[in-house]
Amino acid sequence: MAVTKVHAILADAVAGSRDGVTLPEWLCSACVRLLSVTGAGVVLMGSRGFEGLVAATGGLATTMDELQFSLGEGPCVDASKAGHPVLEPQFRRTGPARWPGFGPEALAAGIEAIFAFPLQVGSIRLGVLDLYRDVPGDLSSMELSEALALADAATTILLHLQARTELSGELHPDLEPTQNRAEVHQATGMVAVQAAVGLTEALLLLRGHAYSRERSLLDVARDVVARTLRFPPEDGHHE
Amino acid sequence: MVTDQRLVDAFVGFADTLVAEFDTIDFLHTLTETTIDLLDADAAGLMLADQRGDLQVVASSSEEARLLEIFELQHEEGPCLDCYRGGQPVTNVDPDEAERRWPRLGAAIREAHFMSVHALPLRLRNQVIGSMNIFLARPGTLSEADIALGQGLADIATIGLLQERAIKEHRVLAEQLQGALNTRVLVEQAKGVLAERQGLEMAAAFTVMRSHARRTGRPLRDIAAGIIDGSLTGAVLQGG
Repeated sequence: MAVTKVHAILADAVAGSRDGVTLPEWLCSACVRLLSVTGAGVVLMGSRGFEGLVAATGGLATTMDELQFSLGEGPCVDASKAGHPVLEPQFRRTGPARWPGFGPEALAAGIEAIFAFPLQVGSIRLGVLDLYRDVPGDLSSMELSEALALADAATTILLHLQARTELSGELHPDLEPTQNRAEVHQATGMVAVQAAVGLTEALLLLRGHAYSRERSLLDVARDVVARTLRFPPEDGHHE
Repeated sequence: MVTDQRLVDAFVGFADTLVAEFDTIDFLHTLTETTIDLLDADAAGLMLADQRGDLQVVASSSEEARLLEIFELQHEEGPCLDCYRGGQPVTNVDPDEAERRWPRLGAAIREAHFMSVHALPLRLRNQVIGSMNIFLARPGTLSEADIALGQGLADIATIGLLQERAIKEHRVLAEQLQGALNTRVLVEQAKGVLAERQGLEMAAAFTVMRSHARRTGRPLRDIAAGIIDGSLTGAVLQGG
């Protein structure tokens, strides 16, 4: 099952990211190990556009993301705006027409295929996972499925990193993937209004509550939707 | 049995939607409602493969918790999963057979007082991209004609989902399916925001959003985004 796969990736990430390797760095190298790609990068990207490069496998991967950052166009930008992956297996054929600034420069740098996956939960836009290869060609169906699971893991990691800075008391050491269920997303919207916070923080509040009570996120979300649990503004949720 | 005129009306309605300003999520919801109407069924839902090995609900004819629970259980077992994996319709399964084949789901189906459950594949040539789940609370079965009609509706769902007609590459399929799944999440978040702001039930919040989308000719996705960023207030939405 899908959640199990993401869970396994995250467990490996936690185990593998101890010796000075950050979680996003571990994830980028896992992409190169598990998929037929040359390099990978994770960029932070919200509604205001690029907010920074979190990790990259170096060399061309860094160049690829910096180019998009300085030119303000590219697969990353499009994936983030559209909310779906942007897959360009024949970049030489399609890239320059689609991105007149980024395309030729990326080709000159040696990039022949790019696969950009948005790291989003509905309207919560965290970033993009950017994969490239130095030869043209598609990801196989199996690889695409693996890449989507890696992107889910990256989404959880970026949420986790936000939680560390904004809600230090409720750090979630085990990094549970967010269950993709209607009630979880509905509850996120309700909590955002109750606690007068943005959707990202609302989801973090729900996850923190579930973790600290040792309950599943889905159970907590169902209580919110059933209006038996509320998250009042400010620090009311800390007991 | 469905009269010819009702059928014609339904299909003409879909044809209209497919050529006008198109809104996938709203369209799929309408399709589940039309399905229960035409087949005299009691509930229907559309589940899409998320390309990570799991099925996700993208539309259901009601918000009833019990129905959502039944969809939820089908991540593990059930007619949708069998239909998706085998590529064949699973039809006229009664609660006894359901309990034998899928113990946990069967119990939930019995508890919900459904008398039969069905799953029809959403097919793109040789590939199955999801399935349509149909539930009857009345005794009796779906006839072959009913099943053929249901399959026609499932095919329309596929057409609506994959707006690019000639999908030859799996990457285009991936882009469109993932886009639809993410829009669904956005819509659920907006329902939550609106339900809390206006003190509405989820189903009512969704109705308000859909009516506004239709009245203004804007896609549901935009309405959802407007609710979340605060540019669409309750007064505007309900004021007409």
